[in-house]
Amino acid sequence: MVELIVFVIGAAVILAGALGVVLTPNTTRAALSLIATLFGVAVLFVAQEAHFLAAVQVIVYAGAIVVLFLFVMMLLGVDSDDDVRSEPLPGQRPAAILGGLAFLAIVLTALLAGGTALTGLSGTLSADSVLSSNIALLGRNLFTEYVFAFEATAVLLTIAVVGAVVLVRRLDAPSDDEEVSN
Amino acid sequence: MEVTGTWYLVLAAMLFTIGAVGLLIRRNPLVMFMCVELMLNAVNLTFVTFARMLDDVGGQSVVFFVLVIAAVEVVVGLAIIVAIMRRRPGATADDIALLKG
Repeated sequence: MVELIVFVIGAAVILAGALGVVLTPNTTRAALSLIATLFGVAVLFVAQEAHFLAAVQVIVYAGAIVVLFLFVMMLLGVDSDDDVRSEPLPGQRPAAILGGLAFLAIVLTALLAGGTALTGLSGTLSADSVLSSNIALLGRNLFTEYVFAFEATAVLLTIAVVGAVVLVRRLDAPSDDEEVSN
Repeated sequence: MEVTGTWYLVLAAMLFTIGAVGLLIRRNPLVMFMCVELMLNAVNLTFVTFARMLDDVGGQSVVFFVLVIAAVEVVVGLAIIVAIMRRRPGATADDIALLKG
């Protein structure tokens, strides 16, 4: 019963936030709606016993990524509303909605008509009684099976930071060394 | 009524659809990026659901990597958007057509 209530509230928050992102013309409001969706997903992570991922979801997504979006809006001064009425490609919007509904119909058919037959074998990691907590299980899985991927993500993050700095650098600006020495 | 894994999968499918439709109908590059985040979150939700249904923590490990890739994608993407917007303020996705033949 508790899980049903949590699911219904979480689903309502997620879908309302997602519709807010898509439908509101104001970019700042879209970012705030995105936070609602991310929090709802974090709640459903907790409901499915993925506690570490729920914490990471709030810290990384709501705390870093959305703040990055808001920083960029502040830098660019995007405070005016988008013109959501104009449609440069005639018929594109109905076609997009129709395609989305078709996709949803296909997925729902596969999910609901396929019955409960879930393909795949049950994992063995959770059966380990020594490591019962979610964080211990996830940590052991990350640092044994996926350790190379884990190290590669560290390199990737460094590359991304360097790339971002290079991309936003002003090439025509006077050299920074002179400004520092003055 | 018991909440089964299928409920979560249906919710994730709806969230993915909203994100995909939003990506197609919006022209502001920032909002398009947010719609990509919506789709990534829908996929994360399915991964966590399958991790619980199959009793395998590997699904949660994949979500961890998706989170990292999403952060990287947003950092580089927003840097590109800032670089474009500096050159021509108020650009929409339709204006970025330098490679069009």
